[in-house]
Amino acid sequence: MEYIQPLWPAFPELFLLLSVCVILIADLFVRDENRVVTYGLTQGALAACIFLTWAWATREPVYTFSGMFVDDLMSDVLKLFVCLSVMVVLAYSRPYIAARGLFRGEFFALLLFATLGMMVMISANHLLVLYLGLELMMLSLYSIVALQRDSATATEAAMKYFVLGALASGMLLYGMSMIYGATGTLEITELAQLIAEGTVNWPVLIFGLVFIVAGLGFELGVVPFHMWVPDVYQGAPGAVALFVSSVPKVAGFALIIRLLGQALGAEQLSVEWQQMLVVMAVLSLVIGNVTAIVQTNLKRMLAYSTISHMGFVLLGALAGDENGYSAAMFYVIVYVLTNLGAFGMMLLLSRSGFEAENLEDFKGLNQRSPWYAFIMLLIMFSMVGIPPTVGFYAKLAVLQSLLTAGYLGVAVVAVVFSVVGAFYYLRIVKLMYFDAPEDTAPLAPAADVKVLMSLNGAAVLIFGIMPQPLMALCLYSIQASL
Amino acid sequence: MQGSSLLSLAIWVPIVAGFAVLTTGSDRHAGVARIMALTGAILGLLVTLPLYTGFDPNVRGFQFVQLKPWIEVFNVNYHLGIDGISLLLILLNSFTTVLVVIAGWQVIQERVAQYMAAFLFLSGFMNGVFAALDGLLFYVFFEATLIPMFVIIGMWGGPKRVYAALKFFLYTLLGSLLALIALIYLYNVSGGSFSLLDWYQVPLPLHAQILIFLALFAAFAVKVPMWPVHTWLPDAHVEAPTGGSVVLAAIMLKLGGYGFLRLSLPIAPDASQHLAGFVIALSLVAVVYIGLVALVQSDMKKLIAYSSISHMGFVTLGIFIFNAHGIEGAVIQMVSHGFISGAMFLCVGVLYDRLHSRQIADYGGVVNRMPVFATLFMLFAMANSGLPGTSGFVGEFLVVLGAVKVNFWYAFAAATTLVFGAAYTLWMYKRVIFGAVANEHVAHLRDINLREFLVLGLLAIAVLWMGIYPAPFAEVLHASVDDLINHVAQSKIPSP
Repeated sequence: MEYIQPLWPAFPELFLLLSVCVILIADLFVRDENRVVTYGLTQGALAACIFLTWAWATREPVYTFSGMFVDDLMSDVLKLFVCLSVMVVLAYSRPYIAARGLFRGEFFALLLFATLGMMVMISANHLLVLYLGLELMMLSLYSIVALQRDSATATEAAMKYFVLGALASGMLLYGMSMIYGATGTLEITELAQLIAEGTVNWPVLIFGLVFIVAGLGFELGVVPFHMWVPDVYQGAPGAVALFVSSVPKVAGFALIIRLLGQALGAEQLSVEWQQMLVVMAVLSLVIGNVTAIVQTNLKRMLAYSTISHMGFVLLGALAGDENGYSAAMFYVIVYVLTNLGAFGMMLLLSRSGFEAENLEDFKGLNQRSPWYAFIMLLIMFSMVGIPPTVGFYAKLAVLQSLLTAGYLGVAVVAVVFSVVGAFYYLRIVKLMYFDAPEDTAPLAPAADVKVLMSLNGAAVLIFGIMPQPLMALCLYSIQASL
Repeated sequence: MQGSSLLSLAIWVPIVAGFAVLTTGSDRHAGVARIMALTGAILGLLVTLPLYTGFDPNVRGFQFVQLKPWIEVFNVNYHLGIDGISLLLILLNSFTTVLVVIAGWQVIQERVAQYMAAFLFLSGFMNGVFAALDGLLFYVFFEATLIPMFVIIGMWGGPKRVYAALKFFLYTLLGSLLALIALIYLYNVSGGSFSLLDWYQVPLPLHAQILIFLALFAAFAVKVPMWPVHTWLPDAHVEAPTGGSVVLAAIMLKLGGYGFLRLSLPIAPDASQHLAGFVIALSLVAVVYIGLVALVQSDMKKLIAYSSISHMGFVTLGIFIFNAHGIEGAVIQMVSHGFISGAMFLCVGVLYDRLHSRQIADYGGVVNRMPVFATLFMLFAMANSGLPGTSGFVGEFLVVLGAVKVNFWYAFAAATTLVFGAAYTLWMYKRVIFGAVANEHVAHLRDINLREFLVLGLLAIAVLWMGIYPAPFAEVLHASVDDLINHVAQSKIPSP
């Protein structure tokens, strides 16, 4: 191993860390009415991060910090996407948080710290670094959920999130220590090598694996570790729910790749975790889709829909090959894209003193604004998986990898529960198009929200008509990184 | 190259026109939206005409082929091409779209732009289904049709429209997702190709063929719809606005029949032969039992909906007797049913627009007030019961002829429809049109206006033309149908 390690693979993270510190201090000197400066700085930092990731993108994996940190094509793509999504989250949230007294420096700092955590997770090549990133992200998320101090539901949600999250982190850490016990290393590439050679303490390793998978399940929010998802989504302020529900799932996918795909991806071991994944994925599809039907609260409905989507992501990972992982990656990206749109639309319909978080609030949207109704229609059909929206190709890729891996029965279950899921997405279309509006307050979103929301809707359709670039990007980045 | 982009035009002209219509926005510009929609629909029809004139009926295989890479990761191509079967259906579709736009001219007063755009999208998507030679492209268009139809039924439909729209959507979605699994399976076994032409050649063991056949059957049987998965259709038809019913009956049901011809038969020929008895049994149940069900309906739209199911039973019967008469008859029956059922729904629409009732009991003696309408309705009713000289006769006759060669009793059961069909159609016609003026409302009926006359008149010409001189329709079919039959006759089971 070289003694002089390059620093550039970690430039985006280092820069982001520096910017958060600067923003924290700068915010002290900004008056409340000029808070938009902090907002601008945050967006600027993220944009610079995108530039740095882009400029130092690499095809071949580059290791640094004594092999603890890796920069490969997949991490670059995921980081770009994370930063971009956080920028969109910020833009969608700005009017919402401004109207609710949350437009404060802490919000931006916590958001950036969470982003930093995710980026560290994405680039981790060492279980401790992975854990470090995860904890940084989780602790920021707990506090950001509790940011609305005087709201009892938000505090309750944060408490629930924290207690369950701490338990899950504990399990993950315990699993990692077992793995260390079984192999004597925590570095991901070394782990993979040792396991492939078979010179490990097998029973201890399997035991550790179970805890790892449980921790992973919590992070993604799949059954049976899903209890926090609906409560946190519902309790958290809309803007926070938008963030919690979308971007961390990308980091969750990175966790799958780093832990299951790379560290524990050896064939004799993948058989073991695949069995667990099948059970978790199928349960998520069943419980997520069936429970979503009876929800009247939009956030809870989307929470259960998230659970079922994460089930699909696990199904992609199930195949355990390049094909499957790239399907899962594509699915996660598509999920985040559509989820940003759905939650963004909810924020768009909300206004000062009014939370548009019930399904009823979508009634007659087509008569209030045909354009937003059309975007929401595209988003909903994308979530069902109807072509020509991008959601279809996400489902297609996952089903294809499942069939190639020989899971015909699981594929049929996935398909049947997609039909069950179609019902509640269609209900939103029904409310928007077939019912008369009850709320006739005019919709006057800010110009940037208007443009971004239109782009978001257009992306769902354009990537649906031309899915090739995005799919190819996922496939190549997985191929280059595995 | 000029010829090869014609199919793309047939698909994209209506879709682009649909977007253009949407931009007119609110109902303040409804007039503009109507004119733009009509222009789009007529342009859509005009670009399909060179397909017919440039079509060479002697060529086997596909014409106007266009092949471009689309999703390289999955080796999916934008692969279009038509044979005689798809040609007729594309023409029928584009023609019907024009009629539907005209038919909705005055009736639709709310959200006109969205109504017109939905039909134009639908028209483009369905042309896409008929022209696709790539499995995934076929599926994308096949599924995409659900979105506009869902919106059409749900937004402009009757009182139970939400229930009907959801039922329609979920029913068909389940079927088509199972078909998707079959398509992915075929992609895997054919070594990573979604091309239908490759799938036609790939050898498959019988058990795999049967599974593929059943999965595809789930999608297409729901669309046709075959007994016993037909129950979504009467609901959808009754609740849909007139235009929706017309497109549903005239074109969307054909997606199922077309799917059998384009996918099921050539990809799984052995399974098709193996399971033909089963499909024929279901078809005959549809023809006879649903015919009887139609007899007792008191709602005109429901009656025509059941009559559609019964007539579509003929199509599936014709397809699965595997001879030239049967399959040609099935295709002709599909086209003719497109004209006739469209016309029947439009006739009911004419009455409904005036009296806002679809109940047979609310009418009687309409002929006294609407003689022109009664004459045209008479023609369509006769065609629906399969009178010689109308298009309804040609298809049914060919199918029965084909069935006799296979089994006399198939033909016998199928031929009963000539009795039942005449019974339910003419009995309805008698109760609605003839007799003394039944009530005050009927007494104030006005006869059809020029717009309605134009629509029904065009359909009447089509029905008579096809009935008296079907050669132009039949001759484009011969080569394609021969090809198909030869293909089905060859076993695809790999020799051990």
